[in-house]
Amino acid sequence: MGAGNRPPVPPMEKRVTFKGWLLPLCLIAPQVVISAVFFFYPAGQAVWQSLFIPDPFGLKSQFVGLENFEYLLGDPYYRASFATTAIFSTLVTLAAMIPALFLAVMADRLVKSAGVYRTLLIWPYAVAPAVAGVLWLFMFNTRVGVVAWYLGQLGYDWNHVLNEREAMGLVVVASAWGRISYNFLFFFAALQAVPRSIIEAAAIDGARFWRRFFTIVLPLLSPTTFFLLVVNIVYAFFETFGVIHTITSGGPQQATTILVYKVYSDGFVGQDLGSSAAQSVILLVVVGLLTVLQFKYIEKRVHY
Amino acid sequence: MATVTLDNIRKSFGTDEVIKGVSLDVADGEFIVIVGPSGCGKSTLLRMVAGLETITAGELRIGGTRANEREPMDRDIAMVFQNYALYPHMSVAQNMGYGLRIKGLPKAEVAAKVRAAAELLQLSELLERKPRQLSGGQRQRVAMGRAIVREPKVFLFDEPLSNLDAKLRVQMRLEIRELQAKLGITALYVTHDQVEAMTMADRMIVMNEGRAEQIGTPLDVYERPASLFAAQFIGSPSMNVIEAEGREDGMHVGDMLLPNPTGARGPVMLGLRPEHLVPAPDGPLALRVLLAEPLGANTLLHGMLAGGQNFTASLPGVHTTGGAEVLHLGIAPEKMHVFDKQTGRRLG
Repeated sequence: MGAGNRPPVPPMEKRVTFKGWLLPLCLIAPQVVISAVFFFYPAGQAVWQSLFIPDPFGLKSQFVGLENFEYLLGDPYYRASFATTAIFSTLVTLAAMIPALFLAVMADRLVKSAGVYRTLLIWPYAVAPAVAGVLWLFMFNTRVGVVAWYLGQLGYDWNHVLNEREAMGLVVVASAWGRISYNFLFFFAALQAVPRSIIEAAAIDGARFWRRFFTIVLPLLSPTTFFLLVVNIVYAFFETFGVIHTITSGGPQQATTILVYKVYSDGFVGQDLGSSAAQSVILLVVVGLLTVLQFKYIEKRVHY
Repeated sequence: MATVTLDNIRKSFGTDEVIKGVSLDVADGEFIVIVGPSGCGKSTLLRMVAGLETITAGELRIGGTRANEREPMDRDIAMVFQNYALYPHMSVAQNMGYGLRIKGLPKAEVAAKVRAAAELLQLSELLERKPRQLSGGQRQRVAMGRAIVREPKVFLFDEPLSNLDAKLRVQMRLEIRELQAKLGITALYVTHDQVEAMTMADRMIVMNEGRAEQIGTPLDVYERPASLFAAQFIGSPSMNVIEAEGREDGMHVGDMLLPNPTGARGPVMLGLRPEHLVPAPDGPLALRVLLAEPLGANTLLHGMLAGGQNFTASLPGVHTTGGAEVLHLGIAPEKMHVFDKQTGRRLG
């Protein structure tokens, strides 16, 4: 026994051990404080508020237990918002990832001036969601929009203010547009990391471009694809607020009211803070579950 | 099985010519090793045969028909890459069967061919593993297996052993050679390792700066190197090259006088292989020994000649030497190599 029994210490790893408590506490304090003030406290408030119903003037509130949640689950508008969110986030994720992958594959084939294309393709990412929303709104504005006018010339009467499908289509496109750049960047980097010799081996084995793409390249991209899937779904759930707010404000007839928008409109427009808080708690749980599911299920199919 | 003909093959990247006209006739079933230092164009040449690089000028014929414009998949070749280039997400069996599946062979036939190849390469136990679960040598075998299941006309090897450790390299060298002989498939093999070239090749092509310095059997190249470059690249330790002056009475190296086997006149480069030097009390070469490296079977003596030229001799057995010992050496005239001082080409 004795010294020979100890587990071998990896030579590269240097562990720092602290003698007292003060220094380590100081070192982690900034992170803890920031998390507490900006995350744990508001989240706790939301959970707490979800158990109350405030009176119409906001002077008192009454403890109601889980009634807010019970009401929400029975509310057809809320359930419709769930369906809307599912459709919206699926469409946004697909619309943001598939064109990005296609563009990345094409840019990867370029030998000359690949850098120029790359730079140009990254620009839309720099546009803030709300600005992107206004941009698309102007293009499709039923009275002054360029695209709407051309569609009118072609005999199509574009009106996303009245047509639910057109409204959904517009917010999906406006939300996905800037994300294409972001996804492109990751796909492009991942494509560049695929060893050339593997592609060449497949070419010698007789696989033509698209066959190689689907049997060799796409599986090798799976870690990146998985990462982007998670990130894009989270984006579609939360960060698209600005786009929806500027383009449709959740309409027409709540056709584009996704969960996060409903949290806002019920809470700050409808002044029902209890319900709004309950909704954000549900949203938190949903996104958590979704991410866990993705890691559990899809990570198994990710190679390496 | 097929012949391969390279007819004045050239390759330029922009204005930069990297292959400056290489011609070679490979017989059916022959094992050709392309050897040279890094950057000499040997890999580029192989990749042109594979169809992974376009051919700027010249003609490539595989099995007698022009192949310049054919896609890699239509050339009926198989290639083994330096890093093996196995498909990391596929099992060994899937890796080996990929090409056959693309050809559209029925599943049972693919499986049968993969099994047969696996048997040949002792991979039968590993068919379900992923490449990352294999050792370097096993990966190498899978890469070989992927090449042989397709029953190509030509094997192309791009430094396939350079990622293996020394012992495994010697073993795989033999295995590749045996396998190729058994299957009788024409092979082109690129390496920077002159020992691999010497031991494996039917014929080798020594490349330097985009040119073929010499094409011949390993012994040919060793015994009659066509140029200074080939002379120094092949053989270990490498050949001593010293400046000399050819005159009527022999080769003058400073004050030393050696025989002149070719009758060359004027300034030349003289090449003497370390292992061809023999100790002789009245020998013409006086070597001041600075360092002795005993290797067991022989001893390398590094030092300087009287004129200050670096010089190495390899003597059989253990040879101990004190510091600053002067050793007299001789050499048989037929073992001397004389090269033109300007062009570096062999004289005589």
